Amino acid sequence: MTPLLSIEGLSKSFTLHRVGRRIQGCQGIDLRIDPGSFVGITGRSGSGKSTILRCIWRTNLPEQGRILYDSARFGLIDLAQASQRQMLYLRAYELGYVSQFLNALPRQTAYEIVLASALEAHGAAERARAERQTEDMLRHFDLDEELWELYPRTFSGGEKLRLNIAAAMIKRPRLLLLDEPTASLDDASKLKVRALIEQLKGEGATMLGIFHDLAFMEGLCDHEFNMQEGMLT
Amino acid sequence: MSDERRFGDDEQPCLSVRHLTKRFGAGCAHCLDPAAQLERNVCPRCKTVHAVRDASLDVFPGEIVGIVGESGSGKSTLMKCLYFDEEATGGDVRALPCGNGAANLLTLSPQHRRAVRNTVFGMVYQNPYLGLRMDFSSLSNIAEQMIAAGGRNVGAMRGRGEELLSRVNIPLSRASCAPRLFSGGMQQRVQIAKALSNNPPILLLDEVTTGLDLSVQASVLDLIQQIRRDSNVSMLVVSHDLGVIRMLADRTLVMLDGRVIESGLTDQILEDPQHPYTQQLVYSLL
Repeated sequence: MTPLLSIEGLSKSFTLHRVGRRIQGCQGIDLRIDPGSFVGITGRSGSGKSTILRCIWRTNLPEQGRILYDSARFGLIDLAQASQRQMLYLRAYELGYVSQFLNALPRQTAYEIVLASALEAHGAAERARAERQTEDMLRHFDLDEELWELYPRTFSGGEKLRLNIAAAMIKRPRLLLLDEPTASLDDASKLKVRALIEQLKGEGATMLGIFHDLAFMEGLCDHEFNMQEGMLT
Repeated sequence: MSDERRFGDDEQPCLSVRHLTKRFGAGCAHCLDPAAQLERNVCPRCKTVHAVRDASLDVFPGEIVGIVGESGSGKSTLMKCLYFDEEATGGDVRALPCGNGAANLLTLSPQHRRAVRNTVFGMVYQNPYLGLRMDFSSLSNIAEQMIAAGGRNVGAMRGRGEELLSRVNIPLSRASCAPRLFSGGMQQRVQIAKALSNNPPILLLDEVTTGLDLSVQASVLDLIQQIRRDSNVSMLVVSHDLGVIRMLADRTLVMLDGRVIESGLTDQILEDPQHPYTQQLVYSLL
């Protein structure tokens, strides 16, 4: 099977000019993700887990190595070298990124945030379809209908997270990146997220997730890696 | 443009700027050398101000590109050169909607430039006094722009003007009021309505939310997002407010002393800045 994503020798460090130092993010990472599988990376905070995800998403500029992604539009493409415009396309139509933080325009309701994401994927002409999907998605992720017309600023951590996942999933990304989706959640909310990930997995989604919480990962991942001092073990 | 070509390698930018320069003063043997050391952007010998020393950028269809940098870095001068408010000293500017990008806009005749200004670009200035006639009604301000682009049918222009004003949330009961009587946020929204009047494919927004209170700022940002969603306009957005850039821009350029020193996806510029100046700028973000 052709892997959906194959990372070869990825390294990334950060140069901090103010103090004249370099800080190692991740080093010599090799990783392969087959379609439909769920790969998990665990490790202590500061071990460089997020750097891998952020290099794939290009929030961080990769320094060395290749990130080969099997794109529907561009074919096999090295995300470490892809143009900014190609990355914008992939972010809009093929990749999804979920973090514990919500990054949305102020004064947008929960409903509008998910709808905007659907409209980006389908185009403004498909408004009726996007609206239908938005409602389905919010119900699917168990977001109380009373919350739909509220601004998420007042939401709990778990509600924000489910909103984040709904906005990412409505585009049906070919690869979903989960950046510590359970950090700062209580156990009940964690279980909900776990059930959600199991459900996505059942629907055939391909996912790469990072967690600092080993117990949460039990039995969920097809492949599991541990990260220490910037390297996978 | 077909979807097939959008985002592809052969995709053509809507607006393409190469090596744009603007200096105030004649320059001398010392400072005309591109590698010359200046005191910030001023020549130590002849005191010529090099407001824009070398700016190159592309804006693709439907894309919002942000420009950040401190006061005096050349952001606004660059915008004014693109809108022909200032005459650029040198460089090459091409716009896809203008003869498919065949001509360098900077070399067009004044007449031709006026046409480009009225139909290809829409400009929103930081200071509404630059973009509006403060004593004319809001509707007349919009009509003026349409007349400049060849509009002659009063009824049609009134209809379009009212449509635009309601789109930017100015109540029609205030349409005949002069912007002089409006709040800063309303003036800014009238400017946006005016800039949109001829459906320009490229919008130039210079510090549109600076000086507005937070709630008005949010409504202007929302309006800009809406315009983008509904009409696929390309926008060049100048702001020193990184929060605004984070919310709006797909890609971002950083300017310092008249040069573009770094560019990238907006979140990459904010989270993983490479240049020492950009790092310093980002550390200042609240």
